[in-house]
Amino acid sequence: MDLRFPKEEPTLAEVQALDAVLGESLVVEGWQRERGGAHLAADQRPHLLAALHALQNRVGWVSPGGLGELCRRLDVPPAEAYGVASFYAMFSMEERPARVVHVCADLACQVLGAGALLDAVQAECGNPSQTGVPGAWQPSPCLGLCERGPAILVTEAGDPAHEAVIAPAIATDVAVALRVGPKGLGAEAPVVAAVPQAATPQGAAELVLLKRVGVVDPSSLDDYRAHGGYEALRAAFAMGPTGVIREVTDSNLVGRGGAAFPAGRKWAAVAAQPVRTHYLVCNADESEPGTFKDRVIIEGDPFSLIEAMTICAFATGCEQGFVYLRGEYPRALEHLQHAIDAAHDRGFLGANVMGLGFAFDITIVRGAGAYICGEETAIFNSIEGYRGEPRSKPPFPVEVGLFGKPTVVNNVETLVNVLPIVLNGGPAYAAIGTAGSSGTKVFCVSGAVANAGVYELPFGATLRELIDLAGGVPNGRSLKAVLLGGAAGSFVRADEIDFPLTLEGARAHNTTLGSGVVMVLDDTVDLPTFLRRIAAFFRDESCGQCVPCRVGTVRQEEALIRITLGPRSAAQHEADLTILRDVGRAMRDASICGLGQTAWSAIESAIDRLGALQ
Amino acid sequence: MTSIYETPVGLPRRAVSIQINGEEVKVSEGATILDACKAHGTDVPTLCYGDTLDPVNACRVCVVEVEGNRVLVPSCSRKVEPGMVINTDNERTRHSRKMVLELLGSSVDLSAAPMVAGWNDQYQADPTRFGESKTVKQSVKIDNDLYVRDYSRCILCYKCVDACGEQWQNSFAISVAGRGFNAHISTEFDVELPDSACVYCGNCVEVCPTGALMFKTEHDMRVADTWDESAQQQTTTICPYCGVGCSLTLHTQDNTIVKVTSPHESAVGSGNLCIKGRFGFQHVQTLKHN
Repeated sequence: MDLRFPKEEPTLAEVQALDAVLGESLVVEGWQRERGGAHLAADQRPHLLAALHALQNRVGWVSPGGLGELCRRLDVPPAEAYGVASFYAMFSMEERPARVVHVCADLACQVLGAGALLDAVQAECGNPSQTGVPGAWQPSPCLGLCERGPAILVTEAGDPAHEAVIAPAIATDVAVALRVGPKGLGAEAPVVAAVPQAATPQGAAELVLLKRVGVVDPSSLDDYRAHGGYEALRAAFAMGPTGVIREVTDSNLVGRGGAAFPAGRKWAAVAAQPVRTHYLVCNADESEPGTFKDRVIIEGDPFSLIEAMTICAFATGCEQGFVYLRGEYPRALEHLQHAIDAAHDRGFLGANVMGLGFAFDITIVRGAGAYICGEETAIFNSIEGYRGEPRSKPPFPVEVGLFGKPTVVNNVETLVNVLPIVLNGGPAYAAIGTAGSSGTKVFCVSGAVANAGVYELPFGATLRELIDLAGGVPNGRSLKAVLLGGAAGSFVRADEIDFPLTLEGARAHNTTLGSGVVMVLDDTVDLPTFLRRIAAFFRDESCGQCVPCRVGTVRQEEALIRITLGPRSAAQHEADLTILRDVGRAMRDASICGLGQTAWSAIESAIDRLGALQ
Repeated sequence: MTSIYETPVGLPRRAVSIQINGEEVKVSEGATILDACKAHGTDVPTLCYGDTLDPVNACRVCVVEVEGNRVLVPSCSRKVEPGMVINTDNERTRHSRKMVLELLGSSVDLSAAPMVAGWNDQYQADPTRFGESKTVKQSVKIDNDLYVRDYSRCILCYKCVDACGEQWQNSFAISVAGRGFNAHISTEFDVELPDSACVYCGNCVEVCPTGALMFKTEHDMRVADTWDESAQQQTTTICPYCGVGCSLTLHTQDNTIVKVTSPHESAVGSGNLCIKGRFGFQHVQTLKHN
């Protein structure tokens, strides 16, 4: 390619930031670099996302000079790199203050007063995204800190960049964060605070996947091994790849990311592909509002994910694994990177895992603020350095996945389930739960409950039992509705909560468990505002590729705003309800991916089940 | 049309039996549903489909129902499988097509997309039903003498990006930028074309289905209200510039060349030209010396 690059020059800071992730280019004179080494840069495109993070983290935005330098190094056309950078919410394409406070405006935090917080921040700190001030603030989609909202994330570009979260936050916290930055803020709550069951001995005894959270030191490989770590991998090596796949198949484990696809079938399909290389992608991009289970697992027990991924790779013949971690999780990133480095140093990852002649490595790819990248094919495009747009299926990832090769994509929770399966056998695992839903499930309980957090229960408990376990609706208020499965899920009424939280139970009640979101709404929740936020979320997060979703999510939000805010005649009201249904049906039928196909589900269920918008 | 250099010489393709709207149809393996529909004489509307480009299945106007699939499938890209039962024209597919036409029509100026008005009638689409609503309306970008970019007419079919990029020109001057409703075709940081990697081959203009990319001559004549396709003649000839021998179709009005296209079935360039063939026509008609 004969590329043409922007005429703007990078700054020294930008060059250094790129050096740190891409390696130094030839130094000719001071920091002036040799140009034109592009032919050496073949297959550098997958470094694009990390390089964009490096620029953003160092100078607070992606400048024309910085982008041009990045394109020269990676041999990427500037227009394409611009297209990729402008796709992600975390990259600013305009100069802005180095310090930015992201105030969560999303669903779970809204139940906990995010609306009032945003108003107070506006009053105390002025308009969002001002220039010429030390820090800017902006409303943000879900930060995944739903158990202790309303939450804020503070980022500060520099060398090194800093990030911190405060949750729950008040307006004064935002003002202080704008003044002092993330370094001046207090320590984050311990991870185990997100697991209320761990507080009591009988609660802790129920935990399988979360049993080590708060018990082991997440930074210590020795502590992990002292608590049963790497026993499963040893057992997996003993039973061989086909043995592992047989146990996973016998366990009836299904994917926990929302689609509930049988894990054993996926693994067997990849293992059987004669094409090499095989890749493993761990989907840790949980961005569904109200989902935070993967964060708790990674922060509290990162080695368990590494061990589980190693077992999966061994069974399916993968040589390289990727963890696609959502960008808004600074602590999870730190813990997981440390754990991968430690496992590598000690021979649990690398060319010869545990001295058994099996090679496997894991790379973390940090997301940059795009819900759509949790879609199983969008995640490939994002890792490869392209816009995170979903691909057309078929072909499916097990045949043509990452870099066009057979790929296993599994959610964090799905993968860590493999440890008890391998240790205790597939049939023993299948005996837990119900006939149609085996094993335990991690639920993310948020909103109007006394003790929000992640709860792990064998499949079969009812929604009422789960809400009671979380302490019920506090302060004498009453339950109004529960949003199951997040923004892409559906509402159930207060009088409908006696069904079992299983795949078949949810299906029979015409709802979905999705990724395990249980967002509890009490009688003080302003339902129209809540629904408008759902519509705004999808409008914001649509990738824009297909017409039904790109325009449909906008028309859906417009109709919802007219219905809930405007003075309307009965005829206009009916016409707008018809628009919602017509647009919703087309989004469900004709969108490329699950985002568009579910963008109307929650609002539809609010109309049909809760009687909203009447 | 396949070029002589690409004529497949591999194993013969097997015939696959499928059902379209209740009728048994045999098509060759590897064909798309759209290919099968065309061969069968079944009309399926398309917007983002390009006969010389890989399908991106973004517009979703060509969706059909395939039995056993939870959602509708894009006929332009889905390959036929033995035994597929396809319905191209039932209430469900008509609803999605109508909605795609309404959603696009309410946000984009489709007046220069020739087929859309007929489809709106056929599917009873009413793009005005949303009332006051968000559109992509913006001013026309005129930053060079050869072609203009009117993104008020852009449906984001990706064809210009693919024609500029690795499928044809390898210039990579433009890309889709932004996200969701704010997604748009852009150079890096939206710099003007003369500052971009554009080489003015005009292959993006060739594939644009809605007139968002237009010869400057056509744009100026439309503004002056002198553009009259019924008074135009098309003459296919060979480009005189070099030895490649690309086919040109000269569009003339009042004996003046107003735009140049290239036949997509041409074995030489498949509709692609360079700046000379596409825009270098002034010398044949600037005869008067002032």
